[in-house]
Amino acid sequence: MARTVVPFGPQHPVLPEPVQLTLTCEDDRVVEVAPVIGYCHRGIEKGAERNGIHQNVFLVERICGICSFIHAQCYCQALEELTGTVPPPRARYLRVVWAELSRIHSHLLWLGLFADGIGFESVFMQLWRIREKVLDLLEATSGQRVIVSTCVIGGVRRDIDAAMARQIIDKMQELREDFDAVVPALAHDYTVKVRTVGKGILSGEQALLLGAVGPTLRGSGIAQDMRLLPYNYTYAELGFEPDTEPDGDSYSRMMVRVKETYTSIDLVTRALQMMPEGDIRVPVEYPPAGEVVMRVEQPRGELFYYVKGNGSPHLERLKVRTPTFANIPTLLVMLPGASLADVPVITLSIDPCISCTER
Amino acid sequence: MARMVPVVLKNLFSRPATRRYPFETRAPFPGARGRLTWNAAACDFCGDCQRLCPAACLEVRRETKEIVHDPFHCIYCHLCAEGCWQGAITVENVYFKPDYCKAAHTYTPAIQP
Repeated sequence: MARTVVPFGPQHPVLPEPVQLTLTCEDDRVVEVAPVIGYCHRGIEKGAERNGIHQNVFLVERICGICSFIHAQCYCQALEELTGTVPPPRARYLRVVWAELSRIHSHLLWLGLFADGIGFESVFMQLWRIREKVLDLLEATSGQRVIVSTCVIGGVRRDIDAAMARQIIDKMQELREDFDAVVPALAHDYTVKVRTVGKGILSGEQALLLGAVGPTLRGSGIAQDMRLLPYNYTYAELGFEPDTEPDGDSYSRMMVRVKETYTSIDLVTRALQMMPEGDIRVPVEYPPAGEVVMRVEQPRGELFYYVKGNGSPHLERLKVRTPTFANIPTLLVMLPGASLADVPVITLSIDPCISCTER
Repeated sequence: MARMVPVVLKNLFSRPATRRYPFETRAPFPGARGRLTWNAAACDFCGDCQRLCPAACLEVRRETKEIVHDPFHCIYCHLCAEGCWQGAITVENVYFKPDYCKAAHTYTPAIQP
């Protein structure tokens, strides 16, 4: 049978960011996939070697527009480990609040884009309207909607007072009710199920073999979450349990993110209720020397930072591995055998964030 | 589709989620990180703000007693305002408006732009 090569991307209506998948097809079945990345490299790792150490917090936040706070948190935790600083307990809880708010707005954004990828535009609009409430909360607490810039080495820059905490808890309740109204349209809809159930199957063993992370891995039934790591112990104090789905198809990955949105709403509420009193920032002794590895959970999966200091005011090396980089190889298993019409939905199901990946 | 009916009905009888921007704007939040201005009369030209700035959008000229701030390179992190010992930097919660000309602002003790 004659083979046709279809270049999917880098510019495609369902792709918010540029990545190319070179698809080799037999009729409308995909038989081979070759991902091509490298369309939006910005040289942030090199920039981090030239900037001052405290200035890098604001640079690494700009690696990703959606999970900006979690990048800053990972960098700050790495530097705290390197300088032997212990952030105050209140700062740890405040970090959880901002990190989980970021996760909620990332998942709502993705669920909206996913619905839009299927052609379900009304759900996309509804989810993005709900997301706007989270962005308002981020602006009210931190000063900016997306790049919150509240995390610093040694703690956080802004506090959340009792009145604001009350307001956030009320908003979380409101958010849950709004989300409850939209989720059935996504989870039980016939068209959504036809487009997602049994599409892009990734078994648990294959996911582990390919090094998948985050909801892509948890959608294959493996409960691996960086929020369970010993140095992210605030989550253990909040009684966090990872969400999984057993089937490994696009529908499972979508449902993992739906469940995680609910979990994050609970985590924000619980963190604000259990937040201890005290300082939010401690002084840090610069400059750091030595090397450290830090892993935290982004909305898309495990975020990995390697930081090496040499006792000078600049870092010797900063290495960032983002979750999408680990998740792209899973497309090599998911896409072969799929119909060409299913490629956009399956590709979206790993939540590709290409600007993150290329830094 | 029947599952969306309650949401559709709610939307029919509620106000639109969007605003008629720019005719109608939302009031800024009290802590929003907005416009920055320098009070050059209170400034001692130590250059701390310049050293702290992650975006390198500031230049403090000690000899000519000038502070040059480029609002188009500024990322509005407000580190400069937090680090200023003299309290010479005023922060406001209104956003810096778009402009026709990408010019930097120069502040001197005599002239305030």
